[in-house]
Formats: sequence, C-alpha cells, structure tokens
Amino acid sequence: MELTPEEQEMAEGKYGKATQKAMEILITLGDIYGAKRFIDITSVQIAGVSYANLNEPGLEWLAEMAKDGKVRVFTTLNPAGMDLEEWRKLAISEEFAKNQQRVVEAFGAMGVITTCSCTPYLYGNLPHYGQHIAWSESSAVCYANSVLGARTNREGGPSALSAALIGKTPEYGFHLEENRQPEIKVVVKPKVEGTFQFGALGKVLGDRLGKKISYITGIPKASVEELKSFCASYATYGGVALFHMEGITPDRVEAIPSETTEVTEEDMKKAIADLNEDTEIDFISLGCPHASLAELEYIAKQLEGKKVNPKKETWITTARPTKQIADRMGFTKMIEDSGAKIAADTCCVVAPIKGRFHGLASDSAKMCYYGSGRNKFSVKLMSVDECIEEALR
Amino acid sequence: MKLTGRRIFQGKVEGEALVTKDGISFYGGVDPDTGIVVEKGHELEGKSITDKILVFPTGKGSTVGSYVIYQMAKTGKGPMALILQECEAIVAVGCIIGEIPCVDQIDTTKITTGSTLTVDAGAGVVEVG
Repeated sequence: MELTPEEQEMAEGKYGKATQKAMEILITLGDIYGAKRFIDITSVQIAGVSYANLNEPGLEWLAEMAKDGKVRVFTTLNPAGMDLEEWRKLAISEEFAKNQQRVVEAFGAMGVITTCSCTPYLYGNLPHYGQHIAWSESSAVCYANSVLGARTNREGGPSALSAALIGKTPEYGFHLEENRQPEIKVVVKPKVEGTFQFGALGKVLGDRLGKKISYITGIPKASVEELKSFCASYATYGGVALFHMEGITPDRVEAIPSETTEVTEEDMKKAIADLNEDTEIDFISLGCPHASLAELEYIAKQLEGKKVNPKKETWITTARPTKQIADRMGFTKMIEDSGAKIAADTCCVVAPIKGRFHGLASDSAKMCYYGSGRNKFSVKLMSVDECIEEALR
Repeated sequence: MKLTGRRIFQGKVEGEALVTKDGISFYGGVDPDTGIVVEKGHELEGKSITDKILVFPTGKGSTVGSYVIYQMAKTGKGPMALILQECEAIVAVGCIIGEIPCVDQIDTTKITTGSTLTVDAGAGVVEVG
C-alpha cells in the first residue's frame, strides 16, 4: 500500500501505540486484499462488545488500546451482553455486569459513543449514499451497503476499532464500484409480508446463493423493519454484505444478470418449516435486529391491559434512545405492566443466556439461527402477532 | 524442503506440524479454554492445536474468531504459528493482536502432520524437516 507521510508516521508509532497497532492491522488487511491506498471514512460501528464474546483477554486488549487510543471519526457500538442500567431485571450475574461495564468504559475512554445497537442507522449513525464507512455488525453492514448505498466491508471488531482510530480504511472490496455489481437475478414469486416472512426469504437466498451479489425482483414494497429483518437473516445464512432490490435499493446497476433463480411459495414454506421445531416455548424474543419505535408502539398496544404467561420469559430488545422515547410515550409501562420486559443496549444473540431457556419463539430468522446454534434452544419462527399470542397463552 | 509465502505477522519458531484440509472457524469451532477443535465432523475434531504449528487452507466463520485466537495466545493455549494457503481477515487480525507468527500463500498439501517445521514468518519462509 502507498502511504501518505502522515500515515507513514502513524505506522512508525509517532501517534502512539494504539494508532501504531491499528495501522499494522489495517496495512496487513490492505495488503491481503490488494488495496493500493487508504480512503477517508465518515463513520464506524464496532461489534465485539459483549463480555460473553470478548472474555478477559479481549477486554484486556481493548483496555490496552484505550491507554492512548482516541477515535478520529464518529463511532458507535454493537449491543452489549446486558441492559447497562437494568441488568438485574434480566437476571444477569453481578460479576458479568461488572466486566461488561469495564468493556463499555474502555470504548468510552477512546471516544466511542456507547449507544449499543445493531441498528445504528436508526440512532444517529446514518451514512448517506456513496459514503465510505467501516461497520462490523453483519446485519447493519448489509443494510448500509444495500438499503442506504453506503460503502463498507464486513469488518471484525478489531479492524473496525482500528479504522476508527485512524479515520480511514484500506480501499478494497465493497469500497470499489466494480465489486458491487449483481451476479444473479432473483425472481420472488410469492407475496412476502412482515418481518418473519422477510427473514424467511433471507434464509432461502442465503442458503441458496451464499455471498453471490443478488438482484432481487418481485418485492413491490418493504418497510424499514422488514428490510432490517431481511438483512439480518440474509447476512446470517449467506454471509452477504450487499444485495440489490429493484425499486428499493439505490445503487446503480449496470446490467441485470442473465442467470436467474426463482423463489417459490414452496421455498418460503420450507424455510419457515426448517425453523419450526416441535417444542414447548418458554422464551419469546422480539427486537432482532433492535426494535424500532414503530415496532415498540405496536407491541405495546397489543400487550396493553393483558398479562403474559409468567412461566414464559418475554424480552423485547431495543436501543437505549428508543426505550427513552418509549418511556415518555407510555409504551414501556404498557409492555412491562403485562410482565414482558424491554431489554435495552443488548440482544438475545450476545447476552449470556445459554442453557437458561428451552424453547424460543421469535419473529427473527437470525435469532432462530443463534438461538439454536449458540444457545442450544429449540426454536420456532413466527409472526410478531403469533409471538405475542404465544406469550399471552 | 523450503516453502516461501507471504508474511502476515513476523516471528521465528520451530515445532511440530498439525495439518488439515478443512477450513477452521475459531469462534465456535475451537474451545479456547482447552485448545481443542470441537467443530463436529472437522478433520481435527478432538485434537489440540496448543503449541502446534497449525497448517490449514483458510479461516472461516464469525469475526469474533480473531478474539478467540488472541485469547488462546494470552492464556498459553494457542498454536505456535499458523501456516495457511490463503489468509483472510479473521485469522490475520487474530495473529496481529495475539502476536502469533503467521505465513500464507503456502502450498499446505506439501506438509504432513508430525513433521518438524522451522518458520521465519517475517521472511515468509517455512522449512519442512
């Protein structure tokens, strides 16, 4: 890679140890992927925040970087392993809570905005079309590249932090126009509606096409909530960082690929059936990715004046800013009076809940994947309304 | 036999090769507390990578894998060095932060388990036998 005099000095350690380490990481990645130079970025989003994933060594590395590292661009965080304020409500241990706070403090010391959310674009970290960014949460990377038309690779926690400390990223992969063109056309035959069906479509395409960039047709409209569910699922099952959707996503497509694949009603039914095990539900999770304000309002109105079954734990995960407005609007009270819980700052993928529950119901295909793999639950994918019915039953 | 590849992270070590034709997912695929490969059906399932020179085609899976590599390096459960066909971001970042010698662009099919390797990762050189 060609370096500017300032970049050269950063690599030599004149800007401190953390900056030097960050440069070492980014230059190595740039060399591996054939980048010729660094490009400026406008924002960063860092994953690897839950102490359950970092463990003590990961935390020590962050603390070491925090000794003299300061971010140079606007940077936010992915969900932590718990609600940073009301963790007791979620039965998180004292010890875990203490360690999780240390992680958040280390990021805070580097100037990272500690909004812990997988949907940063809903809470002030919103790039526009064509902007270069370095994000790491897989669903947010997919959303930013595809729905917003920003440019990012799928960063890991350390490479995203490095980009934040330098304010730049090596120019390769999805930062280059020529790597963003579609490779296969997808024709979606059935009507796809609601977060859970969009999640199922993400599983169909992810399982079938892997990382191939798709040009999706047959979706006349999609809400922000449906798109974030689709992005989460497609990235989980296919490792996808970018897709195009006719009439919905903004990237300029030079040519629609001739290779075509069809998604049928049968494909959708099979994906939903694959994520519906025969099990007793004792855990209901909504808000993966983090619930929007509109979703919280809807759930609150469905639960108002009712009681969830006390034998079932019901969590609605969201970002802190959303919860604060939900508090003001009375949505939090409506939800918590029913016995369901709002869990802010965290999510059921990264919270330390392995083995705590047996059967999980969720409207998120991503949640079902991690619920079954990482947390060893049996899972059921269903609509938001069905999840609420299940909680009340 | 001398094989030459590309430096990912520098360091000189000598040790015993543990070779696989399967990619490795460090997050979920390797238990960081024991150094044992736990991925079901993996060629190395049940084997420990601790203090071995691990020879494999490429990394795969979640980017949290970088922290798993780092954790093993810090707790003494890590491999001595990593030799790959093609290094990707997860393994590269793990080696840089964990300071584990790493070389890629090596024809890993030329190395067999149990052979002694002398690695000069800074020069990108792996000597077999």
